[in-house]
Amino acid sequence: MRADPRSASVGGVDTPLRIQGLVKTFGSTRALDGLDLEVRAGEVHGFLGPNGAGKSTAIRVLLGLLRADSGEVSLLGGDPWRDAATLHRRLAYVPGDVSLWPNLSGGECLDLLGRLRGGLDPARRDALVERFGLDPTKRGRSYSKGNRQKVALVAALAADVELLLLDEPTSGLDPLMEAEFQACVREFRDAGGTVLLSSHILAEVESLCERVSIIRDGRVVEAGTLAELRHLTRTSVTAELERPAPGLASLPGVHDLVAEGDRVQFEVDTAQTDAALGLLVQAGVRTLTAQPPTLEDLFLRHYGDAPDA
Amino acid sequence: MPEVAAGTGTLLRAALRRDRWLILWWSLGISALYWSQAVGIDGLYASQAELDVAAASMGENTAMIAMAGPARALDTVGGQVAWQSSAFGAIAAGLMSMAIVMRHTRTEEETGRDELVRAAAVGRLAPVLAALLAALVANVAVGAATAVSLVVYPLAAADSIALGLGLTLVGLCFTGTALVAAQVSASARSCYGLAGLVIGASYALRAVGDVSAPALTWASPIGWYQGMHAFSGVRWWPALLLVAATVLTLALASALLQRRDIGAGLRAARPGPVRAGRLLSSPLGLAWRLQRPTVLGWTAGLWLTGLAYGTIGDDVESLLGDNEATVELMTQGLADPVAGFYATALLMLALITSGFAISSALRPRAEEEAGHAELLLATAVSRRRWLASYVVVTVGGVLLVLAAGGLGTGIGYALVTGDGGAVLEYVGPALAYAPPVLVLSALARLVHGVLPRLGVLAWLPLIGAVVVMLLGPVLRMPEWVQGLSPFHHLPAIPAEDTSVGATLSLLAVATLVSFVGQFAFWRRDIG
Repeated sequence: MRADPRSASVGGVDTPLRIQGLVKTFGSTRALDGLDLEVRAGEVHGFLGPNGAGKSTAIRVLLGLLRADSGEVSLLGGDPWRDAATLHRRLAYVPGDVSLWPNLSGGECLDLLGRLRGGLDPARRDALVERFGLDPTKRGRSYSKGNRQKVALVAALAADVELLLLDEPTSGLDPLMEAEFQACVREFRDAGGTVLLSSHILAEVESLCERVSIIRDGRVVEAGTLAELRHLTRTSVTAELERPAPGLASLPGVHDLVAEGDRVQFEVDTAQTDAALGLLVQAGVRTLTAQPPTLEDLFLRHYGDAPDA
Repeated sequence: MPEVAAGTGTLLRAALRRDRWLILWWSLGISALYWSQAVGIDGLYASQAELDVAAASMGENTAMIAMAGPARALDTVGGQVAWQSSAFGAIAAGLMSMAIVMRHTRTEEETGRDELVRAAAVGRLAPVLAALLAALVANVAVGAATAVSLVVYPLAAADSIALGLGLTLVGLCFTGTALVAAQVSASARSCYGLAGLVIGASYALRAVGDVSAPALTWASPIGWYQGMHAFSGVRWWPALLLVAATVLTLALASALLQRRDIGAGLRAARPGPVRAGRLLSSPLGLAWRLQRPTVLGWTAGLWLTGLAYGTIGDDVESLLGDNEATVELMTQGLADPVAGFYATALLMLALITSGFAISSALRPRAEEEAGHAELLLATAVSRRRWLASYVVVTVGGVLLVLAAGGLGTGIGYALVTGDGGAVLEYVGPALAYAPPVLVLSALARLVHGVLPRLGVLAWLPLIGAVVVMLLGPVLRMPEWVQGLSPFHHLPAIPAEDTSVGATLSLLAVATLVSFVGQFAFWRRDIG
């Protein structure tokens, strides 16, 4: 449990993180191509996208490790490039691929990172080491990927900060630790903290995030609450009918229609669900199953090479 | 092929594919060590009489016997080659064998590549056998290159072959001990340490043995190699000791291998501390902690090198002979040959120290590439402070390493001449060489800041400085070309007085270049 719930607007910041039109190129590669991103105070914001979409680049710009070519980036009310060290006292970061010093023990890494961030609470550190079942006496070289990640997670969660930048933080964790991680993030948010969570684990995003931004080829292609995004997807419907329903094929918003005898199967845009169901009812419904859009559908639509228009 | 060795051929080909340049350079380097002694002796002493004088002086010098081996037939070119090269050749062959063994065994296990390989149709012993065979190929190449270069030189064929064969066998002996070390220790790093310790102990045993206790010499593979008496009545039976030791260590390694889990050692890893010490509270503490073993290693190495120079004492003239070019090179044409010689010795120490200075200046780049810099720079540590801590360690390390070289020189000199007051005499002069060394490390920092992916460029100025020092006067290079080496601007200390102007301007250049490099780093992308 965190000792002191922080106000969401520390330092007068209601939007701890705002990016507008961010461009970053590496040689001829345009890694970020006009990225817009807004994370509100006190929310867990999902940051999603296929491999190579630019998620890590964006986070590294936010950390002041990379210099933006153009665009505006505001982090905790400051400039992440100019004010890096000062801002970093108020945030913690977990990279996707944690690399530790081979000859330093996990405990030494935890203390080092904590002290360099401006001090850490030993009690909280020990509690987290316990929670994540981390052996702090092992050397960096002998930790598995998951355990290296735990070291970085414990170091970040033990820090007394307002913002967590997490870049695929759980890719090496087992399900038990994944649950522990989710609990920790919720506690952090309930205490007023803000989180930017880049992740590929959709269940994790669904259970933790209020809002998500989907990035592809260096720009955000979709942003909003999960409920809003679901609207953009389709429900898949299977029905047995008394009579054929000829109007279905021509109804806008109905896709992939398969009619075999009295059985029809199709997908319908969320906005057209009502009209499609109306046609089914007119044809007389014997059985009906409808699957709501899953987050997977949402992502596949944006991740695939040729997303439907 | 037995089941346990399945796939050895394929792995061996892959290993040789990876090692082909390594083996080539080691073979050339080690054979050049022997061959250049022959050339050097012939060039240095114009007449047999001069060589006789030098041989008599060397043969009585206990320090040199401890460093090189028993003094035998030093009044012949072959005897000099065997004496001056065999101990260091054996160490080099041992280090090469250790590197090849570790590279294909424990390093592969630690990176997880070994797991991928073993998941294929590969027998339990195949990776180790492939490493052993790769080391065999390398040692045969080294031995053959040495023997052939000496036969062609020309020196006596049988003795040249004995020197080459013994070198191959002593390399194989250290291959065996490295394979045992690879089974015992908990991590690749400590395997390296243990295997290196065996080589160092072999050298030390024969050093003590050669000076005072002959029995100890017979406990060392290097002693057996030198016991073959190449160029002083060659005998072949000590080679059998090397063969027997190789077979025994290989048998031991294979027995240990059966009891060891892949990725682990027989000796369990020591647990690390739960809490960080006070040292790990700042970027400076971390930079020091990470480079401490390197700095201490270089300090010890320079101390020993200085000791070697110092033990020449005042014998400079008889050692150098009458060859004008050599005398000129080694004493920089100065009136007092002893002071001139020590000026050259200190310059050499400074050039060697530059190796440390450059690698240390490139260390933050390695931290960046490993992803460690990312973790640290995401904390409240600014780029300036992070890089500045590495600058402090490099500068401090350079001063420490140079001072150790000077101290070693003084102690060696005092031991041989009995002049106790000389112990600290060379510390100050050695430190006077710090400014040009710092210029080279500042250039490396500039490369790190401006062209981070081309770190290897940082070594070019050092190569240039060495070329200017060795060839500049001989080839009569134009003054401005020689002036490109920062060392050229320093007087020949201690034969000449320190120049405040030169010292200050070199320091100013080093500071400026270092600052430009740091400034570029502050402004560029990390990674």
